[in-house]
Amino acid sequence: MTYFLVKQLCDISLLGRVLPFKVCRRKIPSYNICYRVLRHCLVKSLPVLSSSFRSLSTQPDAVDLSKFPVDKIRNFCIIAHIDHGKSTLADRLLEMTGAIAKTEKNKQVLDKLQVERERGITVKAQTASLFYSHDGQEYLLNLIDTPGHVDFSYEVSRSLSACQGVLLIIDANQGIQAQTVANFYLAFEAQLAIIPVINKVLSDIPTEITDREGISAKLGTNVEAVLQAVVKRIPHPGGSVDDPFKALVFDSNFDHYRGVVANIAVIGGRVKKGDNIVSAHLSKTYEVNELGLLRPEEHATQKLFAGQVGYIIAGMKDVKEAQIGDTLYRHDHPVQALPGFKPAKAMVFAGMYPMDQSEYPALRSAIERLTLNDSSVTVQRDSSLALGAGWRLGFLGLLHMEVFNQRLEQEYNASVIVTSPTVPYKAILSSAKLIKEHGGEEVTIVNPAQFPDRSVVLEYLEPMVLGTILAPDAYTGKIMSLCLSRRGVQKSMVYIDEQRVMLKYLFPLNEIVVDFYDLLKSMSSGYASFDYENADYQAADLIKMDILLNGRPVEELTTIVHRERAYSTGKAMCERLKESIPRQMFEIAIQAAIGSKVIARETVKAFRKNVLAKCYGGDITRKMKLLKRQAEGKKKMRRVGNVDVPKDAFISVLKRKEK
Amino acid sequence: MITYMFRKASRGFSPGLRRFSDLKVTEHVPESPASPRLTEQASLYVHWPYCLRRCTYCNFNKYIPKENNEDIMAKCLQRETETLLQLSQVSCITSVFFGGGTPSLAHPSTIAKILETVSKQVNLSDEAEVTLEVNPTPVGMSKLKDYHHAGVNRFSIGVQSLQAKDLKSLGRDHNSLDALQTLAEARKLCPGGVSVDIMFGRPNQTTELWSRELSEMLRVCDDHVSLYQLTLERGTQLFKQVQSGQVTMPTEEITAEMYQCARTTLQQHGFQQYEVSNFAKNNSESRHNLSYWTGRQYIGVGPGNLNWVRTTGGCWLFLCNLICSRCVTGAHGRFVPLGEGGVAREARTQTLEPDVWIREVRQRGHGTRRRIQLGHLELLEEVLVMGMRMTTGINHKHWELFSPELSLLEIFGGSLVVQELLQHGQLILDDRGLRCSWEGLALLDSMLPVLLVELERGFSQKLAAN
Repeated sequence: MTYFLVKQLCDISLLGRVLPFKVCRRKIPSYNICYRVLRHCLVKSLPVLSSSFRSLSTQPDAVDLSKFPVDKIRNFCIIAHIDHGKSTLADRLLEMTGAIAKTEKNKQVLDKLQVERERGITVKAQTASLFYSHDGQEYLLNLIDTPGHVDFSYEVSRSLSACQGVLLIIDANQGIQAQTVANFYLAFEAQLAIIPVINKVLSDIPTEITDREGISAKLGTNVEAVLQAVVKRIPHPGGSVDDPFKALVFDSNFDHYRGVVANIAVIGGRVKKGDNIVSAHLSKTYEVNELGLLRPEEHATQKLFAGQVGYIIAGMKDVKEAQIGDTLYRHDHPVQALPGFKPAKAMVFAGMYPMDQSEYPALRSAIERLTLNDSSVTVQRDSSLALGAGWRLGFLGLLHMEVFNQRLEQEYNASVIVTSPTVPYKAILSSAKLIKEHGGEEVTIVNPAQFPDRSVVLEYLEPMVLGTILAPDAYTGKIMSLCLSRRGVQKSMVYIDEQRVMLKYLFPLNEIVVDFYDLLKSMSSGYASFDYENADYQAADLIKMDILLNGRPVEELTTIVHRERAYSTGKAMCERLKESIPRQMFEIAIQAAIGSKVIARETVKAFRKNVLAKCYGGDITRKMKLLKRQAEGKKKMRRVGNVDVPKDAFISVLKRKEK
Repeated sequence: MITYMFRKASRGFSPGLRRFSDLKVTEHVPESPASPRLTEQASLYVHWPYCLRRCTYCNFNKYIPKENNEDIMAKCLQRETETLLQLSQVSCITSVFFGGGTPSLAHPSTIAKILETVSKQVNLSDEAEVTLEVNPTPVGMSKLKDYHHAGVNRFSIGVQSLQAKDLKSLGRDHNSLDALQTLAEARKLCPGGVSVDIMFGRPNQTTELWSRELSEMLRVCDDHVSLYQLTLERGTQLFKQVQSGQVTMPTEEITAEMYQCARTTLQQHGFQQYEVSNFAKNNSESRHNLSYWTGRQYIGVGPGNLNWVRTTGGCWLFLCNLICSRCVTGAHGRFVPLGEGGVAREARTQTLEPDVWIREVRQRGHGTRRRIQLGHLELLEEVLVMGMRMTTGINHKHWELFSPELSLLEIFGGSLVVQELLQHGQLILDDRGLRCSWEGLALLDSMLPVLLVELERGFSQKLAAN
């Protein structure tokens, strides 16, 4: 799924609209902000690019980082809407500063994963330290390549907080997109210096390089100006080498031989091999075994100093020990932890089951390996009478889930049944007994089976998101009715130019997790873009809906729905079941019910005749084959009352719809 | 009353199968000729692969002959008959069935030669049923007498319909007058030995039309009727017509009604239903087809055949040629060949293309390509599936013949799912055996998977217990 597919034809005059953004430039670096972008932290496998990298021996063998005081350091990241050229620009920056050799082959050097290249997104943050001479001065520019998508929300904010400035890339042909806006606000709220860069500028269009950079990342046109702007316009990091050591963990990976490799931004002081450091979150002490720069491959150094960005290996055994946003300090010199740290919170849940139970162990090890590098995925064992043993996994968002699933399939060749995503609801309990049982009056409900009864609940809560939609105004009417049908509440509507409207809606997360984006895209012929950020919980009229087969509830199909949506959801589920439950010898009533009240019904009529007319000697083999297959299928069916339900029926109801 | 004796199996076969050895069973077979042991007799199916044209509803592999190669075909059919009879070492052929394709395209002398080949090698009694499928065309009719002379004593006539329009749209190469004349001629030659194939569920057919047509048909029918529902198969011309909306097929509701209506009508006319699609009066059941449904061995000759043959040592061997069916079924056979010293049955896939088959028969004497062993459970599964198609179902004695250690009651008596079917009156399990009720027979294919699951469970439990 492409998240932000937008086609806005070239109107260069539109680019002027970027200008006002620049006004917001601030110079104070601050870590005191809480906002959301996203990022996804998965396996980082750095391929050996020895042939394409400029030999390190041309640089001083051991870089003397003390040569780079904070005023010679710039930490920045590139943010852009999908496909606006972020990774291509990164390639050029790497080439120009000699981090990699200039060859035709450098395409999305920092995007290593198949999924990244296929989708044109960055899932895995990469960091590259660049050496750049300007006006006779040697600078250390640290490019922190963050994922572009808001789904990877919380952690990206952490990598932004390792920066003082951003390059905000806008595709000249597409203009501003929903994600551009989201990214802009992130950077703006983080009070980062923003350098707008207009990419994909054709060479025949005159470009003025004053306030914004007009470049062609692909052709390399004007990219030098970008580097100059980074030096000139992005403030250097604060902090001093004389402060006590304090570092922000903004990424972590797992290496089978060396354990956790944490990417850190040194906020103050210095750190060297052999130092004993403590992680603020878990208060555990570790000895630094190795540290260095990322260029983008690891390049060990003796020390890291205030303002610098690099990696550190300190005997951590689990990525959960180096959580994004955590603070590291010297064990003998505790410091105030950096504010804003919170553990990753799963917002979208989905069941994952092996296609066949015999594949369970293989899938388990694949999931284990993927989650080794991704502390943000929550894994819970689950089992379904219909689908067998599996897991309920929690993700930061939809893209996160899709990327995870795609990697599972591509990198581990696992075929998985992924159930339709659900969101974590909450209930405020009223019963003193239950409150005692749960150890609090608020419970989070991930599995519908645990949905507490209305009678013991004060109110139910559902997670909300603030969605941003950008689309040509011709589609506004349609989009507004779609949003309305998804229980969206309009927050604002602004024309960002003569033809394009930016709509902000508060949505229940549940309403957008399944097919919202696809509908939006198809109803706007692909022109609309969408992005969202989490917006806390709101009270909601939630109910538990059962699906009954001939009056018997089917446990695994129980669903939590908003009362307003119960009928349409129930009807859709009944219809899907009707299509996939084969006719049997008796009639089957498929019902959706709330309590004892049936709200939707479909009927699978009984077979009146089901017997092969001809069966003689020559037909036997074929007939036996068919019957044996049916008998095998029968064994695997789940029996609900007197109804045999094939696994496919559950899959078709539970599974996410194919795109 | 006949006595079958299974020979002692040689060593090295699966324990399940060894149970057959030294087993002496008696079974009542109504039309029993003084037959030797079960494994020494077989039915013979001879397949004629050619058709003049392809029916619009037929998706079977069949061949329109390029040139007249009847002589070669005749020789090869004889040759393969010889080879397979020898391999099977049966001593008695109880029935012969010439099917296709369109076997009434074959010259009567070809039929005569094949029958001679059989009787030269094994015992083919005068009373043995010898059936020929006939397309009711003037040409076919003109040869009936000669076929009869050659030894055919039963004709199965593919009338299908008496509606001129329908015959045309189905792509049949005869009209209703041809059909009536052929039928009359056949009845003259073999009184009480003529079967009529009728097809229902045809495009645009209503229950009312069907009921009237059937009554009309029954006035001219002999003592045997085969009733087939037209099934729409992918890849046929008819399928395309239905897809494009040119033609509408009756709904499942309607065809179910047609089937029940036909069963009632036939009964009123004195026909007893003895199998899902077969009806007879005056004891004119097809003995050849009954042998399939009762799990007897059979030998198939001709391109695209399945065989059950017997090898020395009393084993079941299943020879299987691929079928080239005449819109119906192909040649096939299952027999227990003597000679290879085993108890295992085999399925053999035989060359499908007539030309290739001819070449292989010339080179090797037969066209067998692939052999698959059938285990005891597979055998029981076939006995169950085929037996349940008969209105009499499977009686305890018959089952015991194949499954001496595990009775029908042991397998099905304790099953809850089967209990449900019994309670709903679709299935009957009593002193006589296991069978479908009148209503249940129409739903047999929904019940068979359930029964197969129970059989497998019972079988593996027994195996584990031993």
